[in-house]
Amino acid sequence: MSAIPLVPASYEQEWHLPSKGRVGMYGLIIAESAIFTIFVVAYVYYIGKSLYGPTPQQVLDVPIFNTICLLSSSVTIWLSERAIERGNMRGFGLWWAVTITLGTIFLVGTGMEWYKLIYHDGLTIRTNLFGTTFYSLVGLHATHVVIGLIMLGLTLIFTLTGHVRQEHSERVQVLALYWHFVDAVWVVVFTVVYIVGR
Amino acid sequence: MADQTLPIHGALDLTPPRESQHTLLDILHDWVITVDHKKLGLMYMMMAIFFLLVAGAEAICIRIQLAVPNNHFISPQTFNRLFTMHGTTMVFLVGMPLVFAWANYIVPLQIGARDMAFPRLNAFSFWLTFLGGIFLYYSFIGGPGLYGTGSAPDVTWWAYAPLTAKAFSPGHATDYWALALIVTGFGTIGGGINIMATVLSMRCKGMTLMRMPLFTWLMFVNGAFVLIVITPLTAAQVMLLIDRYLGGHFFDTQAGGSATVWMHFFWIFGHPEVYVLVFPAFAIASEVIQVFSRKAIFGYPAMVAAVVGIAFVSLGVWAHHMFTIGMTSAGNAFFVLSTSLVGIPTGIKIFNWLATMWGGKIRFATPMLFCTAFLFQFLCAGLTGIMLSVAPWDWQLHSSYFVIAHFHYVLVGAIVFNVFAGIYYWFPKATGRMMSETLGKWHFWLFFIGFHVTFDTMHFVGFEGMPRWIYTYPADRGWQHLNLVVSIGGVIQAIAVLLFAYNLIWSLFKGKIAGNDPWDAWTLEWATSSPPPIYNFATDPVVRSRRPLWDLKHPEDPDWKYD
Amino acid sequence: MLPKWLRVERIVRLAFAFALALSSHALAEGPQTNTHILSPVSTPATQIYQLSLFIIEITGAIFVVVAGLLTFVIIRFRERSGDDQSEPAQVYGSNQVELAWTVIPVLIVVVLFLTTARVIFAIQDAPMPQAALEVTSVGHQFWWEYRYPKQGLVGQDFVAVNELHVPLSSADHPTPTYIKLLSADVVHSFWVPQLMGKIDLIPNHPNDMWIDPLQPGIYLGQCAQFCGVQHANMLLRVYVDSPERFAAWAANQARPAVQDPSVAAGRHVFETQACMNCHVVRGTVATGRFGPDLTHLASRDTLASGMIPNTRDNLRAWIKNPDAFKPGCLMPAMQLTDEQIDQVTNYLETLK
Ligand code: HEA
Ligand code: HEA
Ligand code: HEC
Ligand code: CUA
Ligand SMILES: [Cu+2]
Repeated sequence: MSAIPLVPASYEQEWHLPSKGRVGMYGLIIAESAIFTIFVVAYVYYIGKSLYGPTPQQVLDVPIFNTICLLSSSVTIWLSERAIERGNMRGFGLWWAVTITLGTIFLVGTGMEWYKLIYHDGLTIRTNLFGTTFYSLVGLHATHVVIGLIMLGLTLIFTLTGHVRQEHSERVQVLALYWHFVDAVWVVVFTVVYIVGR
Repeated sequence: MADQTLPIHGALDLTPPRESQHTLLDILHDWVITVDHKKLGLMYMMMAIFFLLVAGAEAICIRIQLAVPNNHFISPQTFNRLFTMHGTTMVFLVGMPLVFAWANYIVPLQIGARDMAFPRLNAFSFWLTFLGGIFLYYSFIGGPGLYGTGSAPDVTWWAYAPLTAKAFSPGHATDYWALALIVTGFGTIGGGINIMATVLSMRCKGMTLMRMPLFTWLMFVNGAFVLIVITPLTAAQVMLLIDRYLGGHFFDTQAGGSATVWMHFFWIFGHPEVYVLVFPAFAIASEVIQVFSRKAIFGYPAMVAAVVGIAFVSLGVWAHHMFTIGMTSAGNAFFVLSTSLVGIPTGIKIFNWLATMWGGKIRFATPMLFCTAFLFQFLCAGLTGIMLSVAPWDWQLHSSYFVIAHFHYVLVGAIVFNVFAGIYYWFPKATGRMMSETLGKWHFWLFFIGFHVTFDTMHFVGFEGMPRWIYTYPADRGWQHLNLVVSIGGVIQAIAVLLFAYNLIWSLFKGKIAGNDPWDAWTLEWATSSPPPIYNFATDPVVRSRRPLWDLKHPEDPDWKYD
Repeated sequence: MLPKWLRVERIVRLAFAFALALSSHALAEGPQTNTHILSPVSTPATQIYQLSLFIIEITGAIFVVVAGLLTFVIIRFRERSGDDQSEPAQVYGSNQVELAWTVIPVLIVVVLFLTTARVIFAIQDAPMPQAALEVTSVGHQFWWEYRYPKQGLVGQDFVAVNELHVPLSSADHPTPTYIKLLSADVVHSFWVPQLMGKIDLIPNHPNDMWIDPLQPGIYLGQCAQFCGVQHANMLLRVYVDSPERFAAWAANQARPAVQDPSVAAGRHVFETQACMNCHVVRGTVATGRFGPDLTHLASRDTLASGMIPNTRDNLRAWIKNPDAFKPGCLMPAMQLTDEQIDQVTNYLETLK
């Protein structure tokens, strides 16, 4: 019994499907957004509900410089996306490295802030509700920055060893999408923690 | 007629498969390292069936204890652990793996793809889910921890704060519980992303969204849906662990934390979760009913819209599990409204299935038997759901056996019934052999009877005011007679399930050879051989209508002519 | 209108009578009380009951229609032997029909919602009348504390345990009881089906509910939210007394403990062992707050939150080893000698 081609041999119209990398990354971002939403809701709900100090008003400084660094890293990563799309691998590597640097500065900044809070102001995760929600929310975001930096760092190593080429621009953009997301989340976290909650 | 369907041209690669040494270790190795969606699907399925037996055995212990008043079959602690483990297992280690079992095995075949979008992520997700199961059951051993108190979680599957705080639940059992759910949660997120990307990016030529089989549609919605459903739970569990390990105060009522916040977080996950669990049942019904009624689905666009509608509305109804926590009257009224609204799209689905059967020629093979019972039972369960959604009445019914009856009517009467339907339906595809119809009929009728004896009776136990979670009850309440009936029903179900397990194994070796398309069906998975080759289709199929196989079998009258 | 024998109320009553006949106890005990949710004896419970009848009518009607259609389809459209194997006519949809089965449910939902909302507001937002009694109920793992402040029939504030006494209410002289619900540890839930649905007792989240029992009797219920090992035995007893009896009971409860010199030995044991760290006996040095107030222990019908009858033997066995009755409860066995136990039991027996 041999198979007879009963199907119209070719499909006349054009057949476009979205890139699976992008769809996957959007899926991840949706899931992550839901996680962050829950933490943000908890933060907002518990604002001012601590039974004892210190309060955010007393101990939190607004991390302007940090925020500028993180947000501008979104711009630099966009520049490097553009560079790789055009095949400009040097430009790509350069902007990529700048992005990593900015992200690292942000992390160091957060570390310094936490150091001050813990050793100077005596605020730890067990001190009060503010401590619990603050370290959880900011820590959750910082975890994402760390993961992002590791991914970016790996890509940089591959770039320096010449393994990243123009045809990888799609993947690079997918990764950059994640970084943009991490930045966007910071806008929310920043607003909630340092503006609304203070 | 049925067996004459031809594989899609070039669907089969005729080069002989590589000869492999079939030692047991080889086979095992093969399964452990596999990234093939079909094998992973089967692994999810085996995991689900295994845990169904385990959690079912736990349920039987529960029922033995409750069969008579003042029983001493098991200790109170053991009883509390058993129902916690029963509920948690059934939801996270039976229900959720089933979602991915079906999605993995069927979806790529139905959309004419060779695998899922991310095969390795797929394997990773499975092993995470499996690991979660191990964590949960390890609590029986590791639960006592250094404190030497307790083993296995005994906090109900809601795990309401502050009962889960270290002060009230010492030992590690609760930690294993939380960890297990976080881990399976990550598995679920991976699986959801994969389904979404597969459906959006891997469809064969011509498989437009509006031509996808309804099964695939439901799985697609489910894949996207779990991403926002399961994650609140993950977040809440992380908070719980922060409380328990790092001394946080999220749910610490002594330090200003709130018990109700946990309730909200849990049910923001928990309610939509039940729809995540039921969507595969809908998916199976949508295929089986069409094929066995010999009629294409009635109102396809409405069916798609209804699923999306259910998913959407169900995100805003969670507090119907919390009518008794003292919300404002306006809050209660809001959740009454939003909850009963879910009945509308669900009604559309029921009516469309009915309309599909209307005017058909219904063949009551085993899959269709289970599916018909599903329709009936889901209708009843939905209506008791409506009763529960009436807040004042829920003040009476909440936490009573009426609720237990309601949700077993859905979880067993709808989901488990349709899972059986699906297994009888697709077993020939996955193994190349039919399941025994005789055993199947026995299985169906026994399970059907057992189910109704158990869970119909439970409604009345609820009306008599018996609360859930009680390990014993005094004889003077008058609950004993009905409880005995419930327990007997549980045993009948157990016999039926064992019969099913026997049927599975028997048919695997002795079943009638099935051929590619034993049911004379219409979707692409029936176009390839049974079991499908590793690459599914040697050449990519091309689709021009919702019933590609119909078009193949009836070149004189293909569906696409009417588009 | 349906013929009389077909009305849902009648059917429900019949089914209920049947269920009652099945439950042996209901006929045995004196006052005819039970735990059924379909036999209300107070206004909020009655309102719920009437609402539930209406809901049963609606859902019952939907059931009859849809299940009827399903049965019809199964019988009419099943494949018959000798079928010609032809395909049935295909129908892909129909706008009118689909519109109909969308719009009709919408209308049903609107009706459902409006009736329900009315009852919610009627019960939850009912203004508290002047004559109402206010009680605070505190849930503990695994027993109930009731605080009565000074008011109306209560001459002096006091604490009662496990057995809640409230005055009978009547249509012309409503004396409802407003219960404020608190928790000392985890979440519990107050549920006496004949009087009202359940409301949770949540730490840090005060709730309230009201009841106005219209018949005297002892109403049973139990904690309805899982709260730990002995959740199953956190039973509720509500005594609905005539106003006079209630006032007498309250007056007795408000008194400090009876001081009977003949049981001084037992009292000594109680006050020198750890008992006093967990229990209050008003008027003595025992002021512990962890366990139930024992000031009027002997006036109660039951021990251990309604679990066992308050007899001498049970009391003695309880003190010897509470776990024998209530495994996992939070009172430890105190390892007293038999003599000490006898003495303490004697003492506790005098605490009328
Ligand atoms: C697969 C699972 C599943 C499904 C599909 C449903 C479906 C529904 N459920 Fe259920 N439910 C559970 C699983 C499920 N439930 C579980 C597990 C719990 C308890 C968890 C626990 O406590 O441990 C629970 C508990 C639960 C409660 C809380 C009870 C309590 O604890 O106090 C409520 C309250 O509103 C509720 C309501 C509903 C409603 C309104 C639907 C609706 O979706 C039903 C819609 C269907 C219909 C209405 C029938 C068909 C429609 C028509 C024929 C059209 C005409 C009808 C109308 C216009 C009304 N459910
Ligand atoms: C998919 C979900 C699912 C399924 C299928 C079931 C199936 C069953 N459930 Fe369960 N149940 C839940 C989900 C589910 N349940 C949940 C979420 C809860 C709430 C938990 C909580 O409150 O925390 C619950 C609670 C619950 C209770 C209430 C406990 C309490 O509150 O005190 C009871 C009591 O009767 C019960 C009974 C049963 C019975 C008799 C079955 C039967 O249908 C089971 C039939 C299957 C079998 C009987 C298996 C047969 C096999 C064997 C016996 C062989 C064993 C062999 C080996 C192990 C090798 N369930
Ligand atoms: C660690 C605290 C603790 C100590 C010590 C303790 N009890 Fe208790 N007691 C409790 C608790 C808690 C309960 C409630 C148990 C329950 O119903 O779950 C209780 C209940 C009781 C009851 C039943 C009260 C009722 O109304 O049902 C009696 C009687 C009693 N205790 C007597 C004693 C005596 C006598 C001693 C000393 C020999 C003692 N208790 C020591 C905590 C304690
Ligand atoms: Cu208190 Cu259950
Ligand atoms: Cu729900």
